[in-house]
Amino acid sequence: DDKLLTEPLSHPDFFSVKELFTLKDLFDARVHLGHKKGCRHRFMEPYIFGCRLDQDIIDLDQTMQHLQLALNFTAHVAYRGGIILFVSRRRQFCHLVESTARACGEYAHTRYWQGGLLTNAHIQFGPGVRLPDLLIFLSTLNNVFEPHVAIRDAAKMNIPTVGVVDTNCNPCLITYPIPGNDDSPAAVELYCKLFRMTIIRAKDKRRQSEAIQELQ
Amino acid sequence: TLRLICTTTAVQKRNAGASGPEKYTEAFIKKQIEEFNLGKRHLANMMGEDPETFTQEDIDRAIAYLFPSGLFDKQARPLMKHPNEVFPEQRKIQWGEDGRPFHFLFYTGKQSYYSLMHETYEKFLHVQKHQDQLTAEDLPLQKEKRNLAGSRWLTKIELEEMLLEKVSDDDYSRFIQLLQKLVALPCADIEEKFIQKFSKEVPVQLQKVVIEPLQHDERGVAFSTGEGKRKTARATAVVYDNGTGKITVNGIDILHYFPVLQDREQLLFPFQFLGRIGKHDMVCTVSGGGRSAQAGAIRLASAKALRSFVTEKEVEFMRQAGLLTVDPRVKERKKPGQEGPRRKFTWKKR
Repeated sequence: DDKLLTEPLSHPDFFSVKELFTLKDLFDARVHLGHKKGCRHRFMEPYIFGCRLDQDIIDLDQTMQHLQLALNFTAHVAYRGGIILFVSRRRQFCHLVESTARACGEYAHTRYWQGGLLTNAHIQFGPGVRLPDLLIFLSTLNNVFEPHVAIRDAAKMNIPTVGVVDTNCNPCLITYPIPGNDDSPAAVELYCKLFRMTIIRAKDKRRQSEAIQELQ
Repeated sequence: TLRLICTTTAVQKRNAGASGPEKYTEAFIKKQIEEFNLGKRHLANMMGEDPETFTQEDIDRAIAYLFPSGLFDKQARPLMKHPNEVFPEQRKIQWGEDGRPFHFLFYTGKQSYYSLMHETYEKFLHVQKHQDQLTAEDLPLQKEKRNLAGSRWLTKIELEEMLLEKVSDDDYSRFIQLLQKLVALPCADIEEKFIQKFSKEVPVQLQKVVIEPLQHDERGVAFSTGEGKRKTARATAVVYDNGTGKITVNGIDILHYFPVLQDREQLLFPFQFLGRIGKHDMVCTVSGGGRSAQAGAIRLASAKALRSFVTEKEVEFMRQAGLLTVDPRVKERKKPGQEGPRRKFTWKKR
């Protein structure tokens, strides 16, 4: 059992996450497109490649690295049987995110975030609740273009976060930010597909390893 | 935790109502069901009946016999019912042994409501896809009109019962709006079964008033009866055809029974409205009330009887004129602390 958990940690890319996407895929899904120069957040400047006709272009090389780190981390969390919560407050993609979560066997929250969900969980849900072990943000802003409350709450409760940060978002409190577009349907579908594939792959690997160990 | 030393026990005792309704464990409810079944068999033995075929009605009768109670409120009397009816339905623990919740929307708080919205939206998308397919093949979209008048959506309380959790007004209105949008699509017939779960048949409120056909007596004269009431007076009228306009009340001619002109005008009003003053005979019986009330009762009775002689359009005219409506005004009761129904006692400044 101990060997099951420590073995993946020795490899840099145990789940071969790099094969899931290429730079061309990201470009075709319009991940590099950001908002206008006026909407730019100060802390996103390191991730921006340049500005064309007032529109910010995100550096896809950096996105590749961040995306690989984030997917690797989610795969490890899913391998160890952690609870993953998909969060997005975009009304367009609410249904897509919920269906992705259902397909993975994980959880989603694309509705109005009640204040004490993470911080006051034992009173809201009942004693003995297990909080999520990873939060994945498909969009870090809420409907009023402010940072989502869940980022701050997860930081308070020591829950790691993975989030797609656009040029108008604040990447500070997110553990594994992924600079990229969060507005185009194509980009969001690509992210959903990638997360779904990593989680399913990780869970399958876990089941295989357990089966192999039982045979021994 | 601090130990309160110099305080009363009342402060230490937690507020009993703050923890919400009692949570019953599954084991507790199981035990209650076993006890109920055992008690049912004992009761059957006591009453001398067969324990196998002892129904709920027999139980109720046995309890009412063994524990007679004169209490007014039926719910305060001794009760023996199956525990599933006594203890309200409750949500069981939402997560398994490893701590992972069962429902994928558990962390939203309102899992059943949001899963319902998710499902409804999925049906919506499905219908849209179907519509697009039909338009791509240039097939006509089905347009069978759903019966909107005879159905209503579930009320908020019914939805709460269905979902076993609280639903706020905003959430409820959003759900109804989504359902209406779904129903408004032309190809919504595909998801008819899903929609029927949330719509209820409204019983036809307006009972179609049946106008009775004319009856004929021994001489072959057509007649019809009508009943009317006003205040405390009750009247029945029989209107005969081929008449001379003679009206008899309780065996007495109207000139002698109603000396006042106003009452006779009231009696003649239905006939005057239809223009059939000299064409019908009427024989009425009336009891109760006063002079004016009896006149009003006979007027209503004769108008109802005349419906059988007249076309539907004229019946509608009569209804709009107010000849067929029962006058709801009755004497208002006197209240304590007042001199009459409305008049207060004289107010004296000192």
